[in-house]
Amino acid sequence: MPKISGWSLIRFYTILVYAFMFAPIVVVVVLSFNPEQFGSFPMKGFSFRWFIKLAQNQTILIAFKNSLILGSLTAVVSTAVGIMASMAFVRYNFPGKNTLNTLLLAPIMIPEVILGVALLLFIRWLQQPKSFALLVIGHVVLTLPYVLLIVQARLGGIKKEYEEAAQSLGANGLQTFKEVTLPLLTPAILAGMLFSFTISFDDITATLFWATAQNQTVPVKIFGMLRNSISPEINALGTVMIVLTIATPLLAGYLSRKLSRGS
Amino acid sequence: MENKSTSPAVQLKGVYKRFGKVVAVQKMDLDFEEGSLVTLLGPSGCGKTTILRMIAGLEAPTEGEIYIKGKRVNDIPIHKRNLGMIFQNYALFPHKTIFDNVAFGLKYRNVAKGEMQAKVTKALEMVRLPGVEGRMPSQLSGGQQQRIAMARAIVIEPDVLLMDEPLSALDENLREEMRREIDNLQQMLGVTTLFVTHDQREALSMSDKIVVMKDGLKQQEGSPEEVYNYPRNHFVSDFLGHSNFFGGVIAGLEDEGVSVKLQDGNEFRVEHPGDWANNAAVELVIRAQKFELTYLDEAPPEPDMNTFDGTIKDRSYMGGEVSYFVELESGTMVHVIGIAKLTPFKKGEKIRLHVAPRHCGLLQKDKAGGDARPAK
Ligand SMILES: Nc1ncnc2c1ncn2[C@@H]1O[C@H](COP(=O)(O)OP(=O)(O)OP(=O)(O)O)[C@@H](O)[C@H]1O
Ligand SMILES: [Mg+2]
Repeated sequence: MPKISGWSLIRFYTILVYAFMFAPIVVVVVLSFNPEQFGSFPMKGFSFRWFIKLAQNQTILIAFKNSLILGSLTAVVSTAVGIMASMAFVRYNFPGKNTLNTLLLAPIMIPEVILGVALLLFIRWLQQPKSFALLVIGHVVLTLPYVLLIVQARLGGIKKEYEEAAQSLGANGLQTFKEVTLPLLTPAILAGMLFSFTISFDDITATLFWATAQNQTVPVKIFGMLRNSISPEINALGTVMIVLTIATPLLAGYLSRKLSRGS
Repeated sequence: MENKSTSPAVQLKGVYKRFGKVVAVQKMDLDFEEGSLVTLLGPSGCGKTTILRMIAGLEAPTEGEIYIKGKRVNDIPIHKRNLGMIFQNYALFPHKTIFDNVAFGLKYRNVAKGEMQAKVTKALEMVRLPGVEGRMPSQLSGGQQQRIAMARAIVIEPDVLLMDEPLSALDENLREEMRREIDNLQQMLGVTTLFVTHDQREALSMSDKIVVMKDGLKQQEGSPEEVYNYPRNHFVSDFLGHSNFFGGVIAGLEDEGVSVKLQDGNEFRVEHPGDWANNAAVELVIRAQKFELTYLDEAPPEPDMNTFDGTIKDRSYMGGEVSYFVELESGTMVHVIGIAKLTPFKKGEKIRLHVAPRHCGLLQKDKAGGDARPAK
């Protein structure tokens, strides 16, 4: 019998951890190609049946569209706000700067349930109905801290001298930002948008509080479907979601590399 | 604006700058003559960069006024001041080609495309780097990047060129070369230049005027020769070269100068312009390079020198020079820097020390015994 060394134990343990993490995902992806109604192994064939069914399901398609629009809007708004706030925090001094910065980063630490309820109560207090705008605002609150952290870190690394050199050469504040700061920030901006999009696309806890019947996102929809029955359609939807969330950053990375080489 | 020809290119009047409690610059009055190269020299934290940034418009003076070409610029933002700035770390835009870097300032000056091309080419020729238009800054060496930074600053024909320690990121040999090149370029273009450094050799070799600073205060201003040979106080003479300081009193007035009696009893004959009163407390200042050392049996290098016997206590070889610490018979230590000969003096050797009266400086000692006052 071979001797069991410490290292082989660690290797075994690591494999277990990975298996634990990825096995469910693999099962979902594999089962999504199962032609049977009830998933069981070994599979009796291979089919796109559930994907086709998915593509014909109007409510899911609408939820998908909602999620995409919501994610994109969140990414754009969150990044725009994040860039401006970061400029203020990193480049200027004003009273209450640190407090304000901490406040904006706080949503990372506050449980989402509380955020969800809080925003809902706030909207109620303002006597406004739940709406798609509420979802966008909520998702911006959720994703802004990540954008802030990424952009501030990058901005801190961009030496002030670049901006000062540009100004000394005759560029005003806006021109300096456009010609120097913004291009140097591009990687951080892309990363920020990506983070915002994926977080928004994936979010369920807080979104459950904010979504209405008309404004369902994909995760909320899946959650709703699960309550009734476990349809294999969900596996197909899960596979699509997984592909999307993995493909988006890969695509962005590829594009940014291609862009930076092109310029 | 009206008396353009007579007003200095840059003028500071009673300028103060405070950062909270820190006083970075105090009661600064400065005039830069048109076309001159003025150096701000002083130890770290003395406020050199702050002055440069106030002239640039990157900091606002707390008090006082700044004029460029006779025009008050306190309220004019940096991008309207027509300045060329050169930074220690070059600050070339890393995402732009060399062409775009150099052409950057021209974009805001209504220069036609063709003319822009010609100007950039000419500027690159002036810094002796023609043909690098298409490269990125990261593809150039440090020295080359600083040349591009020069080109970028001069191509806009600035009223003032501001350089903050532009050579300190370069290695020793390159620094010497770049220093000469900046000097040549500045003279060729005749652009008024402010050069900030804490390296006295840089300051002495290229300036028309040196302004020595300490703790935000101007200590002395003048030509390199003036400041080096006639330092106004202890700080200036200490900062510019290695000086020996000895406390003493005026022991006698002679036609050619004065006689100074040190605390150790030794007497020095001193030729230093100024009105000196008998028994006045003074500080004798002698640069380490001004002493001459001989063996005891050798003739003095020239007549009428102050001569003392002593022992070499310590010696360090520094390539072209040798630094000695000599103990006089009275017990006083003297720092001497001599040209390295083939056979330098050895530690413990008895020697004779000479210094000419014209190389001995005097500073009036404050009554309180503290800071030395200008010798005037
Ligand atoms: N933005 C600022 N906020 C607070 N204090 C400052 C600021 N800028 C400079 N100071 C202070 O003002 C003083 C002068 O600084 P300055 O940078 O002008 O010195 P310097 O002569 O350029 O020194 P060095 O040779 O190290 O560059 C220093 O005590 C510094 O700490
Ligand atoms: Mg400085």
